[in-house]
Amino acid sequence: MTSGPARLLRDMVRIRVVEETLADHYRDEQEMRTPTHFSIGQEATAVGVCAATRPGDWVYTAHRSHAPYLAKGGDLTAMVAELYGRQSGCAHGRGGSIHLVDRTAGFAGSAAILGEMIPVAVGTAWAFARRGGTRVAVTFFGDGATEEGVFAESLNLAAVRRAPVVFVCENNLYSISSPLAARQPAGPTIRDRAEAAGVTAVQVDGNDVFAVHDAALTALRHCRDGGGPYLLELATYRWREHVGPGHDHGHGQGYRPVEETEAWIARCPIARAADALRDRDPGIDRTVADWREQCREEIRDAVAHVRQQPFPDVEALLDGAYQPVPR
Amino acid sequence: MRTLTYGQAISEATVQCMAADDSIFVAGEGVDDIKGTFGTTKEAYARFGAGRVIDVPNSENAMAGFAIGAAAAGLRPLLVHTRADFMFLALDPLVNLAAKWRYMYGGDKGGVPVVTRGVVGRGWGQGATHSQSPHATFAHYAGLHVAAPASPADAKGLLVRALTGETPVVLVENRNLYPLTGEVPEEATPIDFGVGRIARRGDDVTVVATSLMVHEAERAAEQLAGRGISVEVVDVRTLRPLDDRIICESVARTGRLVVADTSWARYGFSAEVAAVVAEHIPQALTAPVRRLTLPDSPAPVSWPLEEAFHPGAAGVVEACLRLCGQAPGDLPALADVAAGFQGPY
Ligand SMILES: Cc1ncc(C[n+]2csc(CCOP(=O)(O)OP(=O)(O)O)c2C)c(N)n1
Ligand SMILES: [Mg+2]
Repeated sequence: MTSGPARLLRDMVRIRVVEETLADHYRDEQEMRTPTHFSIGQEATAVGVCAATRPGDWVYTAHRSHAPYLAKGGDLTAMVAELYGRQSGCAHGRGGSIHLVDRTAGFAGSAAILGEMIPVAVGTAWAFARRGGTRVAVTFFGDGATEEGVFAESLNLAAVRRAPVVFVCENNLYSISSPLAARQPAGPTIRDRAEAAGVTAVQVDGNDVFAVHDAALTALRHCRDGGGPYLLELATYRWREHVGPGHDHGHGQGYRPVEETEAWIARCPIARAADALRDRDPGIDRTVADWREQCREEIRDAVAHVRQQPFPDVEALLDGAYQPVPR
Repeated sequence: MRTLTYGQAISEATVQCMAADDSIFVAGEGVDDIKGTFGTTKEAYARFGAGRVIDVPNSENAMAGFAIGAAAAGLRPLLVHTRADFMFLALDPLVNLAAKWRYMYGGDKGGVPVVTRGVVGRGWGQGATHSQSPHATFAHYAGLHVAAPASPADAKGLLVRALTGETPVVLVENRNLYPLTGEVPEEATPIDFGVGRIARRGDDVTVVATSLMVHEAERAAEQLAGRGISVEVVDVRTLRPLDDRIICESVARTGRLVVADTSWARYGFSAEVAAVVAEHIPQALTAPVRRLTLPDSPAPVSWPLEEAFHPGAAGVVEACLRLCGQAPGDLPALADVAAGFQGPY
């Protein structure tokens, strides 16, 4: 068992290894027939925030869902099965990569219409507060989603109702191939816009898992203490293509300068966390290598297991569209 | 005549109209992307640059209102959505304002000719929120025109009409049509809305369809010809206005009607076509109307479910056979037009 800083590092390693392995399978087999948005390079945001939550807190996300799902404790095999379209998937093959859910773990759901889960988290937070208690709702979204009107509407709503919601913006500088500068004016940041709406907000280095974790603990405490909503703007970067398993820098796709991508890869959140821990734990690299091996085995087993499992029964196509009617 | 793909035809219409009218601009998320909206905005971007082919923030709601304002001031916006599902965020300005602008302000102040292209159709596991065909949703509202072209020539001609008319228009494009080729005139000749086309002549059954389902119906008709059943395929081309006459003339001759659509049956395109026939020529039908549409669930992701979910040529064949009193089942199953799709996504 590991706890504290080492656990944050271990959770990141696990997500990295899971996603890298899944990306290879995705590319080589073409069997996961679901558009898939990998978080490779962005693990510190998911892990830093989710590790700060309590089991009763709920996490919602947008399309880039795997890392927060796993970081919140979502069942790995059920996620893999969902990607492979199996009946044992967390959404029984109905939802795919963009519609993950694990209620037991407090992963309330992901959805791929931009901004859609932002007000939903405000509503959940409001419901939590109304029932009394200290549960918090957390919602992950990208920089691109903050251009939707519903982002501004949700900030206002959360502020006026003092909803215990943490808005987590993973600002990775791009919306598909559109750079931030083409979409948002220089000057006011996403943090500034939240603050102007009456939401406490901070900017944090999103590739520093310890800084993210500290900020998330503060945000969650603020919410539990009745301080109202909180926004974390986390600066990070996706290494792979927007959707799919490939790399897209330096292959003539051209929307991201190669040097920019390389500079961000050099700021790998996992390498940085290991660097930070090395003084206190000189054997950390050995430990990380061991974790990698364990996680590789875990995901290999999960994939092998899932690929043996049945697809949904075509006869059951309509099941779930409505509440079952007693016959 | 030279041939173009459906995607090239849309691109050519855009470029020719933009060259002829400098009030036209294209706006949409990623229209300047290297992939250029399935290739349809690439040449326009190369020709006219970022000043007229504009990458916009992820703000579908505001962009629709923005386009209305630009149109009110004399510009001609062509909005592009890489999934028509995102147009639900633009529903309010399109339905509550663009559709009503001319009438609501007295009918004599002009309209707002906002043209919106929305991409529909299946890929790989695009699922519940990325593969819907909301053409009937938009066609419900008086004040909007809606087209769903099936052929490259119609894709060009209807877009040219939209970009030269005074009515707000929604054009629905099935992504599986982009690689399909066909003869396309060189000139930017408009095709009027409300004029359907007989895609194939036949005497025994009428299949009314739009967009991708026209091709599925044609393939079905080919197979059914081998069984001695002669199928007429009516491509209405536009849902609003709808060419009631071409539908009724065909059904009056065949006495049998199948409507094939890539959306749900209830309150949809297929319901409208059935209603048109019931209103105008109730005595003509020798058998009940059959509708080939989506099952009543959201689109699933899992491959076998997705295969079962989407209607195609095989479904048209079965519907026609049943209408003609023949047993289905002993014909080789036809794969969908989309089945050749090699992914990913
Ligand atoms: C309403 C809506 N518009 C457009 C899209 C298409 N789309 C999917 S992901 C994406 C980019 C989103 O960027 P961001 O929010 O920064 O998240 P990231 O992918 O960078 O994690 C876009 C434009 C969508 N899913 N929903
Ligand atoms: Mg982004």
